Amino acid sequence: MSNVLALIEVSHRGEMAASARGLLAAAATLGSPVAVVVSAAPLADDDVAWLGELGAVRVYAALTAAAGTVLVAPAVDALGAAIDAYSPVAVLTANSVDGREAAGRLAVRVGGSVLADVVQVRSDNGTVVARHSVFGGAYTVDSVVEGGLPILTIRQGAIEGQAPSATAAVDEAFLDTPSEGAAVIDGFNDDAVVSARPELRTAATVVSGGRGLGSPENFALVEQLADTLGAAVGASRAAVDAGYVAQTAQVGQTGVSVSPQLYVALGISGAIQHRAGMQTAKTIVAINKDEDAPIFEVADFGIVGDIFTVVPKLIEAVKARSN
Amino acid sequence: MKIVVLVKQVPDTAEERKLNLATGQLDREATDSVVDEINERALEAALRLKDADKGTEVVAMTMGPADAVQALRKALSMGADSAVHIVDDSLNGADTGRTAATLAAALRVTGFDVVLAGNESTDGRGGVVPAMVAEHLKLPLLGSLVSADIADDGVHGVRQGEGGTLTVRAALPAIVTVTERFPEARFPNFKGILTAKRKPVTTLSAAELDVPAGVSRTVVVATVERPPRAAGRKLIDDGTAADELAEFLVANRLV
Repeated sequence: MSNVLALIEVSHRGEMAASARGLLAAAATLGSPVAVVVSAAPLADDDVAWLGELGAVRVYAALTAAAGTVLVAPAVDALGAAIDAYSPVAVLTANSVDGREAAGRLAVRVGGSVLADVVQVRSDNGTVVARHSVFGGAYTVDSVVEGGLPILTIRQGAIEGQAPSATAAVDEAFLDTPSEGAAVIDGFNDDAVVSARPELRTAATVVSGGRGLGSPENFALVEQLADTLGAAVGASRAAVDAGYVAQTAQVGQTGVSVSPQLYVALGISGAIQHRAGMQTAKTIVAINKDEDAPIFEVADFGIVGDIFTVVPKLIEAVKARSN
Repeated sequence: MKIVVLVKQVPDTAEERKLNLATGQLDREATDSVVDEINERALEAALRLKDADKGTEVVAMTMGPADAVQALRKALSMGADSAVHIVDDSLNGADTGRTAATLAAALRVTGFDVVLAGNESTDGRGGVVPAMVAEHLKLPLLGSLVSADIADDGVHGVRQGEGGTLTVRAALPAIVTVTERFPEARFPNFKGILTAKRKPVTTLSAAELDVPAGVSRTVVVATVERPPRAAGRKLIDDGTAADELAEFLVANRLV
């Protein structure tokens, strides 16, 4: 079966990225998944076993002192070497900050093309077909690469399921230090809060707050409902710009795109730029005091009312029913 | 220092954006075209350097149809010194690879110490063109920065990563992309709008740039419009709405 490369990102603390599951699942639908991992130290047996469990048939473990000190270039070099070694039919990266830069550089280096922000993949008689969700889900577009290697950046959280598990064989390789044209990493500043809540991009339920919350203190109301529903916390750009919540929670045109089973919008007017990040949710609930808020145009269940009255009652009512 | 700011004309995100269902390409008639906001932030970063050091030269560059000159006029009215417009019918529907190859060729002709761009456009959202340009030019890319200190001896910046931020740096020349965390752009003032008309706009064609056609390209094979969502129930809260919502969530197995 044809090989498909999947670039697995590793944090500077040595943790494998959660995007590995979706990447390997997508790779398995196109061929035989080869996980490409770049690190300064040899991979632990546990990491190899984990990648196998997620479907990696082989692991290309590229070792270089530049991992963690040189930006993105080691990943591009590793993918280039892995292309020589495995002659893949496609290369997959996460649509992450690092992943898409690696994909862009690789396409130029090896004469391929990038299919960006892919939400679904399939093989059509050997041709790799990528599906994109365009303009906030208003359009579904399928695209292919002609004449070169398809390099796909996969939207994080978009691919469901898991590849059949395998026992991964490891091929170790040593990379030279990138010589020219690379940026240098001087340090890492990890986000302080590691939340126990589900990750925004993959959560089944998302509760988001907007400008209607009024203050960073009041934003706790969003978190309380999120915790009652086992949900991730999101926000409109207005709430982020007002400083109620961190930018990583931003849902919309220029933030995270989510497609959960349930999306609850609290105090969010529903500007078209916000809807572009959440309108593919299966069920949408909105609570807003403005009867004419555009969010109600897409809500399956809307309440015109004061979030500070309705949400505490809702929390009690949900708790009462789940007891 | 010479800074080239890459500018893209995009459909206004405040309107209902449309694709041509036959070609998969943007329907330029459906919406107003505007300068992508993220590019305005990149331009603002360049203009602040110019404010601090009058010796800084700021060039706005775009690739797009004849009408895209409007985006360059806006950049000039905000304070850019000159502009470069890459315009050629053969570039209609160019994919990211072709776009990046063309921009790289134009950047070689124009010359620069720093290229500033947005981290991703609001229409394509691919976020790969700056990396492709960097690879063509064999230059470092400091991508997705939340802040940057650009000086003659190099660029120091803070990059938004997946689980936190990174402190990064590169020597010049370099490619830099900014995120929404960069300051909002200034508005053109009256003097800026008047002087913009006298500032030079250089036009480059694909033939002049002599970009070899790549062997690889992306092709759209299907474009489908999703049916719009319909509004559901809307209650005015009379004290019982929270209970009704809880019932709805339970009935639909959402809790």
